[in-house]
Amino acid sequence: MSTSIIILIVLLVGAVGGYAAYQRGRQLRIERGMRPHSRPIYHASYVLSWAWVPSLLLLGTWLIASPILNEIQIRNAFPEDAVAEAGLTDDLAYGIVESIGVGLRSLPEDERDQIDEDTPIEDALPLFRQYGVAIASASQDWMLPLAIESNIWSTVSRWAMTIVVVLFAAGGAFYGYRNIRTRLRARNKVEKVVNVTLIVASSIAIMTTVGIVFSMLFESADFFSRVSAWEFFFGTTWEPRFSAAGSGGETGQFGLIPLLAGTLYIGAVAMAVAVPIGLFAAIYMAEYADNRTRSVAKPLLEVLAGIPTIVYGFFALVTVGPFFRDLSAQISGLLTGNYSAFIQAQSVLTAGCVMGIMLIPFVSSLSDDIITSVPRSLRDGSLGLGATRSETVKRVILPAALPGIVSALLLTASRAIGETMIVVLAAGVAANLTINPFEAMTTITVKIVQQLTGDLEFTSPQTLVAFALGITLFVITLCLNVYALYIVRKYKEQYE
Amino acid sequence: MDMSRATFEKGPAVSQDKTIKMASKDVTVHYGQKQALNGISLDIKERQVTALIGPSGCGKSTYLRCLNRMNDTIDTAKVDGKILLDGENIYDPDLDVVELRARVGMVFQKPNPFPKSIWENVAYGPKIHGLAKNKDQLEEIVHTSLKRAGLYKEVKDRLDEPGTGLSGGQQQRLCIARAIAVSPEVILMDEPCSALDPIATATVEELIDELKQNFTIVIVTHSMQQAARVSQVTAMFHLGDLAEVGATEKMFSNPDDKRTQDYITGRFG
Repeated sequence: MSTSIIILIVLLVGAVGGYAAYQRGRQLRIERGMRPHSRPIYHASYVLSWAWVPSLLLLGTWLIASPILNEIQIRNAFPEDAVAEAGLTDDLAYGIVESIGVGLRSLPEDERDQIDEDTPIEDALPLFRQYGVAIASASQDWMLPLAIESNIWSTVSRWAMTIVVVLFAAGGAFYGYRNIRTRLRARNKVEKVVNVTLIVASSIAIMTTVGIVFSMLFESADFFSRVSAWEFFFGTTWEPRFSAAGSGGETGQFGLIPLLAGTLYIGAVAMAVAVPIGLFAAIYMAEYADNRTRSVAKPLLEVLAGIPTIVYGFFALVTVGPFFRDLSAQISGLLTGNYSAFIQAQSVLTAGCVMGIMLIPFVSSLSDDIITSVPRSLRDGSLGLGATRSETVKRVILPAALPGIVSALLLTASRAIGETMIVVLAAGVAANLTINPFEAMTTITVKIVQQLTGDLEFTSPQTLVAFALGITLFVITLCLNVYALYIVRKYKEQYE
Repeated sequence: MDMSRATFEKGPAVSQDKTIKMASKDVTVHYGQKQALNGISLDIKERQVTALIGPSGCGKSTYLRCLNRMNDTIDTAKVDGKILLDGENIYDPDLDVVELRARVGMVFQKPNPFPKSIWENVAYGPKIHGLAKNKDQLEEIVHTSLKRAGLYKEVKDRLDEPGTGLSGGQQQRLCIARAIAVSPEVILMDEPCSALDPIATATVEELIDELKQNFTIVIVTHSMQQAARVSQVTAMFHLGDLAEVGATEKMFSNPDDKRTQDYITGRFG
């Protein structure tokens, strides 16, 4: 029976139990002068929790554990030396056994019956192929019985699982139902279930992050065992030499500096565009615009945030880049008579400007919320003293909103640093080290994409470097966020 | 403190010969479709305390906010009629609102010091209006204002600490110091003690009593006792109308209007 049907049955059992509990809860009467502790809906939730939680937990555990146990069993059953004789590793052999198992399952029943433990593998292979399952030529005769055994194990395990899980659900519902009485504190128990559910949800979020960081750490450690950390962090040349990969010779040069410089440079240009425009827009929205303007302009501005970044990249490539190039050609023509463009079509300037436009709604929307949340009493206080609106904004509102605005800006900065698509299209992929904003540069994220989209194995430094780059990026944004928190806290202490 | 209380409760005699500082003629206010004030005509005399009382929603705060055009900051509010400050209509299109608010200062219901140092809070008004020619003058204005607000002794050693760190009563006196630093002619107070405990309230009330020697004060209050203690003239508002106005002593002993009578005896409100 498929997992989704099992889940459906469990849900149904719970629902029936819950309904019964609801009905019984309604019939509870005052006992020894005490009215029922909980409303019927809590009795229903109580039974529901008893039916669902243990059985679904068991289902999850079983689904994870059963294949692992199966694999251990099969691996232990490999005939001694046979694996090595066939020129295979344990992993490969197990992979072949697994795919033979898949082949067996895809055969129609009458043809499957023709195959038993003694059938030579050569006879079975054409059958499998006929049903669309290709199996490595290194398969051996002894693998077939193992595959059959494995299939039997998983079938038995699945049936056992179905029965046990459904029994658990029914048992849980029954246990809960039997517990219902006037003074049962179902309300408090449901509260506990809610509590635990919320804790589980938040720990999943945290555990995933920790997991990702650790996997990046391990892969980066692998990379640093091949390329020295000194060369990576302080190298000024990025030359990964894809063609040399795997040949065991030179590994190429992985200097982070050009990428880091490109990332920070493009990010800085973007912030230089986004911060003033976004902040002024936010101040206008929050302080000057009347309600009607605000209700039209604010959603319009936020639509900008909904445009996918690839579209911005497109816009940069097709419109902004050529525009800057032609503009520079005109300017140099006017100044020197020589119409040669000094701004390249793909440049830091183009990428920064377009990314800045992309960031405007983030800055303005976040700052607008923060400025609006400055208490009205402060505004009134300043206006009541005869200050103009702009004096009020400059001297009272912005200082009061500063910690929030700074943290909004740092959040925006981490977005600028993590942006990829615009850079690929607007600034190119050339890892230059330059201070000229009119030339092409590239960023860490672009290089990560480039290193991982080659068809190299995950063991060469050319691909592993992506993890080292990733962890560098992670540390940079982490520092930004921690700094943002620090600033917010510092100002809070001062003002509250 | 008891002594000053005693002098309060007796209340100084109302002098009839005072000149009119602010005069309103038939002031109406609409918030969108809703009419909040129905034609208020009220004279406010110089250098005394005028209290505005009345049940919640009667329009007394709305009226107060008309006197320095703070209603301008509310999009939907529309004010009609005339309010004269020294004979000059403050709703005249040629009038500079910023200047008006420097002449008619305001203290709010909840103490609202800026998130800046105590010194900066007081210096804010003089700075934006360019009242001080140099640093020494500014320093003097700050110190005098704090002294007049009766706060100087408590804060003189920590002028650079944030104003928000003071207690509620001190914060409200800081806001009063901030308002008088601009040397206004009129000070509007919108329930200045409603967020304060009784002791802080008493201090602020004493301060108001002293300030009336130099300033014209209009105070909105929910507390009848407060109106009786600090004011010389009381105006009773009811549902957007001015029910009655008169000398405070008379209003609380022998009101003419039935609504005033009901309100001060606690029958409604």
